[in-house]
Amino acid sequence: MWTIFTNNLPMFMEGLGYTLGASLLALLFSLIIGTVFALLQINPNRIARIIGRIYVEFFRNVPLLVITMFFYVVIPRLGIPLSGFAAGSIGLTLYTSAFIAETVRAGIQSVDPGQMEAARSNGMTYVQAMRYIVLPQAIKITVPPLGNQFINLVKNSSVLAFVAGFDLMYQGNLIASSTFETMSTYAIIGVLYLIITLPLSYGMTYLDRRWSGANKREEA
Amino acid sequence: MGDFAGAYQWINIRYLLQGLWVTVSLSAVSIVFSVIFGSILGLLRYMKIPVLSLIVGFIIDIIRNLPLLLILFFTYFGLPNIGIRLDALPAAMVAMTVFESMMLAEIIRGGIQAVDPGQMEAARSNGLSYGQAMLHIILPQAFKKMIPAIVSQLISLVKDTSLATIIVLPELMYHGQVIYGQNTNYMVPIFIALTVLYFIVCFSLSVISRYLDRRLAA
Amino acid sequence: MRKFKSWLWLLPLLAFAVLLSSCGTKSVADEDILSRAKATNSITWGVKNDTRLFGLMDISDGQIKGFDIDIAKEVSHRIIGQNVQINFVPVTSQTRIPLLKNGNVDAIIATMTNTPDRRKVVDFSDTYFNAGQALLVKKGSPIKSVKDLKKGTKVIGVQGSNSVQNIKKVAPDAQVLQLSDYAQAFTALQSGQGDALTTDNGILYGMSADNPNYVVVGGTFTKEPYAIAVNKGQKAFLDDVNLALTSMRQDGTYKQIEDKWFGNIAGFSDGGLK
Repeated sequence: MWTIFTNNLPMFMEGLGYTLGASLLALLFSLIIGTVFALLQINPNRIARIIGRIYVEFFRNVPLLVITMFFYVVIPRLGIPLSGFAAGSIGLTLYTSAFIAETVRAGIQSVDPGQMEAARSNGMTYVQAMRYIVLPQAIKITVPPLGNQFINLVKNSSVLAFVAGFDLMYQGNLIASSTFETMSTYAIIGVLYLIITLPLSYGMTYLDRRWSGANKREEA
Repeated sequence: MGDFAGAYQWINIRYLLQGLWVTVSLSAVSIVFSVIFGSILGLLRYMKIPVLSLIVGFIIDIIRNLPLLLILFFTYFGLPNIGIRLDALPAAMVAMTVFESMMLAEIIRGGIQAVDPGQMEAARSNGLSYGQAMLHIILPQAFKKMIPAIVSQLISLVKDTSLATIIVLPELMYHGQVIYGQNTNYMVPIFIALTVLYFIVCFSLSVISRYLDRRLAA
Repeated sequence: MRKFKSWLWLLPLLAFAVLLSSCGTKSVADEDILSRAKATNSITWGVKNDTRLFGLMDISDGQIKGFDIDIAKEVSHRIIGQNVQINFVPVTSQTRIPLLKNGNVDAIIATMTNTPDRRKVVDFSDTYFNAGQALLVKKGSPIKSVKDLKKGTKVIGVQGSNSVQNIKKVAPDAQVLQLSDYAQAFTALQSGQGDALTTDNGILYGMSADNPNYVVVGGTFTKEPYAIAVNKGQKAFLDDVNLALTSMRQDGTYKQIEDKWFGNIAGFSDGGLK
C-alpha cells in the first residue's frame, strides 16, 4: 500500500488539490446563491417566495450526477464550452446552494419575529433590520449545519470523477485500473478524504456543543 | 434542441421505466434497512456504553465522512476479499444501507440528545425504567423533531442511487446514459425525462413526510 | 467546558488505515472454474454493453449483442454444451479485472488487449481478434494522425483501457481525459470535450458507422491483440477456451461471426484473424 502511495504521489496530490479546489469554489458560490434564495423564500413578496421555493425544491430533488452530466454533455452543445472540472463545480454549486438556502432560511426563521418588528418600529428599513439584527443572530445558528454541508460538499465532489474532473476519486480510478491494486488504492483515497472531512466533522461537533452549552448557561 | 418524438418512443420509455424500477427497489430496500440499522446504531452511540459506543462511534465517523462512491467500491471490489461476493444490485444495496445507516445514526443520536435530559430524569424519578422512559417519553419526542432531517437524508439516498452507474448497475441514470449514448439527438429529451422521474420519486417522499409530520403533530 | 481535543479525529482515521491495509488483493476465485461450470451447466462472462459491434445493449429487447457476445456464446457451447446457461455481466474497462479476480465473472471477453502488464494479474487465451489503436475525430478536423496531437490538444480515452497508456507514449504533450466507458467517451467527444477520441479501431468504426460525422483517421499506430482473460491457475479452463477458438476458426464459424459484424464496415481492413 505504501509503495502505491509513493509511486503515484503526484497524482494523489493533484487529486487532493482539485478536490479541495472544487469544494472551496462551490462552497463560496453556493453560500452566495444559497443566501439569496433563502432571502427570496422569506421575502414578503409572494412571487419572490415562489421563485425561491421552486429553485430549492428543484435542486433538492434531482441527483447531483444528473445536474453535473447535464452541464458536461448538454451545455457545451449549445456553444458554451465547459471543462469537466467546470461542469462538476457548477453542478456542485447549484446542488449545494439549495441545501444552504434551506439551512439559512431555517436559521433566519428561528430568530424571534418580534425582533424584526421591534427593529422596524425603531425606524429601520426591512433591509437594515435584516442586515443588522436578524442575519447576525441567524449566522450563529446556521454555522454548524453549514459545516455539515461543507463536509457533504467535499464528499459529493467525487462526482467530478464521472466527468474527468481530475479530483481524488478520478485519480484513484486511474491508479486502481493501471496498477490493478484496487483495494489499496481506494484505501489511500479514503484516508485522503478522511484527512479533509474528519477534522471538519469533529470541529463542527465541538462548535455545536460549545455554542449550545453556552446557550443553556444563558438560559439558566 | 433534440428529437423528442424519437427519444420518447415506447422502447426508450420502457427502458427508462425498467431503470426506474431498479432505482425504486434499490431505494426501498436501502431505506427500510438503513432506518432500522441507523436507529440501532444511533441509540447505541447515544447510550454511552463503555467500549461498544466508542467503537460504534468510530465506525459511524469513518463511514459518514467518506464519499458514497468509495463505499460502493469497497463493497463491490473489497467484500470478496473476506469471502462475500455480490452482484452489482446487492452490492449497491449493501453500500447504500451501510452509508445511509451511518448518516441516519448521527441524525437520530442528535435528535435524542436534543430532547432535554431533564425529561429522562423526571421520567426515571417517576418510577419508569430507562427502557420505558426511552421508549415512551424520549423517542416519540425525538422522532418528531428528527423527521425533516431523516426525510431529507432518505431523499439523498434515492438521488445517490444514481452513483451506482459506476459499477454498471442498470438503474435509471445508467439507462438514460445508454439511450443518449446511442443517439445524441435524444440527449436533451432524455435529460428532461431523467429529471422528471427522479423529481417525482423524491418529491413524493417529501409529500409523504409532510403528511406524517401533520399526523404526528395532531 | 469540555476541552477540544484536536487530535481526536486521528483515531478513526488510524482505525480505517489499519483495517484496510490488512486487506489483501489475493484472488478469491480459487475453485476450478471449468469443473464448476460443467457441474452447474452455467458460465458467466464479463462483457461490454456500450460498445457497438463488440457488445452493445439493444434497448428494444434488453439483450447485449456483438462480436464478443457471439464468440462467447460459441466458446461456451463448445466447452460446456449446447444448452449451457450463459450469463453476461456488463463490465467497464475499469471494473473488469477486479470482477474477474473476485470471481463475479468466470472469464472476460470485453475488447480486452493482451498486454504484459495485465499478464501479471490474469491469464490470456489465444488472440481472437486483431485490433489496433486509432483516432476518431469530427469530419474536417485538423487532426489527421497521432502526429497532430500537440500541446493543448485534448484526447478522450476510457479509464482502465490500454489505449490511454499508449497515447501518453506516442503523444506525450496532449492532455488525456479519461471517462468511465465508451458511451460516455463518445458522448463527451460529441459535446466538444475533446478534439479526438482514441481507442481500438474496431470500437471506433462502430461509433462512426452510426455517426457519419465522425471519422477514423491516421490508420492504426499500435497492435492490440484481443484475448479472453481468465484467472491465474485455471489452466484446464484456458486450454478448453483455446481449443474452442481453434476449432471455430477451422470449421468456418469464426469467419461467419466476423462477417456478420464486420462484413459491411467500410474502411475496416486490418481486422480479424487471417
